Amino acid sequence: MRKLATGMKSKRVGGTLALFAGVALSALATQPAAAQGKQLTLCWAAWDPANALVELGKDFTKQSGIEMKYEFVPWTSYADRFLNELNSHGRLCDLIIGDSQWIGGAAENKWYVKLNDFFAKENISMDDFVPATVTGYSQWPKNTTNYWALPAMADAVGWTYRKDWFSRPDIQAAFKAKHGRDLAPPKTYDELKQIAEFFQGREIDGKKVYGAYIFTERGSEGITMGVTNVLYNYGFNYDNPKKPYQMQGFVNSADAAKGLEFYKELYKCCTAPGMTNAYMQEGLDAFKSGQVAMQMNWFAFFPGLYKDPNVGGDRIGFFVNPAGPKAHFTQLGGQGISVVATSDHKDDALKYIKWFAQPAVQQKWWELGGYSALKAVVEAPGFPKSAPFAPQFLESMAIVKDFWAEPSYAQLLLDMQKRVHDYVVADKGTSQQALDLLVKDWSKVFGEQGKRVAAE
Amino acid sequence: MTTITQPDDAAISRIPSQTDSRSVLRTRGLSDRTIAWLFVAPTIALLLAINIFPLIWMIRLSFTSLNLSMSYLPLRVVGLDNLSDILTDEDVWLRLQTTARFVISSVTLQVIVGFGLALLINRQFRGHSFWTTIILLPMMLSPAVVGNFWTLLFQPQIGPFNYMISLFTGVPPSSFSMTGEVGLAPWTIVLVDTWMWAPYVMLICLAGLRSIPDYIYEAAEVDRASAWRQFWSITLPMTVPFLMLAVLFRAIENFKMFDMVNLLTSGGPGSTTELVSITLKRAAFEKWRTGYSSALAIILFVTVFGAANIYVKLLNRVKQR
Repeated sequence: MRKLATGMKSKRVGGTLALFAGVALSALATQPAAAQGKQLTLCWAAWDPANALVELGKDFTKQSGIEMKYEFVPWTSYADRFLNELNSHGRLCDLIIGDSQWIGGAAENKWYVKLNDFFAKENISMDDFVPATVTGYSQWPKNTTNYWALPAMADAVGWTYRKDWFSRPDIQAAFKAKHGRDLAPPKTYDELKQIAEFFQGREIDGKKVYGAYIFTERGSEGITMGVTNVLYNYGFNYDNPKKPYQMQGFVNSADAAKGLEFYKELYKCCTAPGMTNAYMQEGLDAFKSGQVAMQMNWFAFFPGLYKDPNVGGDRIGFFVNPAGPKAHFTQLGGQGISVVATSDHKDDALKYIKWFAQPAVQQKWWELGGYSALKAVVEAPGFPKSAPFAPQFLESMAIVKDFWAEPSYAQLLLDMQKRVHDYVVADKGTSQQALDLLVKDWSKVFGEQGKRVAAE
Repeated sequence: MTTITQPDDAAISRIPSQTDSRSVLRTRGLSDRTIAWLFVAPTIALLLAINIFPLIWMIRLSFTSLNLSMSYLPLRVVGLDNLSDILTDEDVWLRLQTTARFVISSVTLQVIVGFGLALLINRQFRGHSFWTTIILLPMMLSPAVVGNFWTLLFQPQIGPFNYMISLFTGVPPSSFSMTGEVGLAPWTIVLVDTWMWAPYVMLICLAGLRSIPDYIYEAAEVDRASAWRQFWSITLPMTVPFLMLAVLFRAIENFKMFDMVNLLTSGGPGSTTELVSITLKRAAFEKWRTGYSSALAIILFVTVFGAANIYVKLLNRVKQR
């Protein structure tokens, strides 16, 4: 009996072992390199395009056998988390899709691998990418041929509006009666404010709605990424184009102060209650719940909004950031993909970048919901019709302007967050005082960095 | 009959000599003192590694220009520049004032509410244990949960808090924002902190109330002392040391308050609720001004340490009385 039981037991063990062996062999057959333990960790923000990237990355694993692992962090802690990781020479990330403003610090601190030799060897030309994305995401110093990233996710600030509300005859008629023109997506900020005021407090389908949603977040970068869209168009410049770091009269010009005042007026007149600390997600929530007529947000979210069952499809329209009295720009968003210098898998990470740069992969990236920066994709004849927001995206990418990308960008950003929020949301001082203080703050930061700041 | 056997010479020679210390150790093992040191050594090593060494390192860094986001720049010794920068910075003083206002308002409210709750809970009534547990719930939650939970409650359009206020006052619910208005936001963080930590003060006060012997009240009743008189002459004086302890704990905690306020208001609107701990976090881990933030941390440490010491001396004096 005992012998029989032992025999059965050994048979069972043998069967289990055979099963394990079978599973292991089949895994080996499908993913040879994965079984060798090859794995890359890619770090990025947790948002819609990240899901598209996970989907896209499956093709890379299939081709190379290298497993992809992802570390996605919410936007509000994205910079804190990953800059801390890079600063401490951590080994969490092999590849990082870092924000455009990080490029200066990442290059100077040698957090990223310089990609010039790799690009030359693999015949990857930066001329094949949209120029604004190359300058914004890859170059440091700017406008030189020193590349630290491959443009990965093109992005800019754009606007969505309720096309269904805009096209209602009763609303159309009421708007025309009040303003003597047709209700249409605004081309200028004055028009935008007029439309926002028109919708503010209006009852649509028995529900009170509000005019516009704009960024006001205090903690990370929100209000700065919002207000710059107005400031640029009112004549704000970061410095004298002829004298770098001369900010007096450019950051705090009378025109710039008017722009800041306008942003505050827009916030006061036409936003939903409680939007005192709101960024991307709050905007999406406000728009999706049918609260606002127009929403400022990043193009990256537009594919998801278009698919939304309540406000997507025919109900949503898109427009480019409106022009101001002095200029027409929009805030650059987006990121480049870089190899982290402390990674133990730099060769595999470079393989990923080589794979990612291929036109077919970039085309699929766009189709899945990412925003390609490759000219072959975005300048293809069919591109403008490939998505309802594609024409606005193309137009926006031609007029983008970015925040400082200096190594000290975080200090510069936090100073601006404070000064702008103090004025716009907390009603502290005047717009001119806020910008004067900003010049003072920024001059101090550049001074500490050893840059010569010209006073006049 | 008792027989005494004499040990033979060989056996005597096997007994170790008392002067041979090695042999003593071998036979008796380690001394008490050594054993004590062996037990304490890991704790001391840990303390040195995670407390003392970083503290010394921080003091060293506070005299430098180190900025971790620009670590390629040469490290300069700046002497007392960071300290003087901080002490002459108007913004830092404003943040300290904001912190002081927050600490004083929230601790005062917590003591009043906590003591009141303790007086109620100290009486025996039906469902006593149930209500004690309910009252203690907020302090068992994580500050992150509390921050997010109240953010939702304060939401002007869907938050129940505004609707409650509207019900009692008639003010439209979406016409005010508890976390977004300069006049309301500082009170909002005080309110939430009080909601969370008044039960903690209640627990300490309850311990004080339970430590008062019944015979004192019985004697007072014999003397026909009114309830108010008993409270004023017995309850309050005998719980004062406990109250002072609660004030000490809560004041130190609130001086360091970061998480809950950061989640509720991020220091806003503008800088209205920016406590000094938020300023420190921003300087250290967002602006990466390591030298500057080390100096600020030292100033805060010295302030809390000094104030707490003075307070403890005061507390001891009260206890002696």
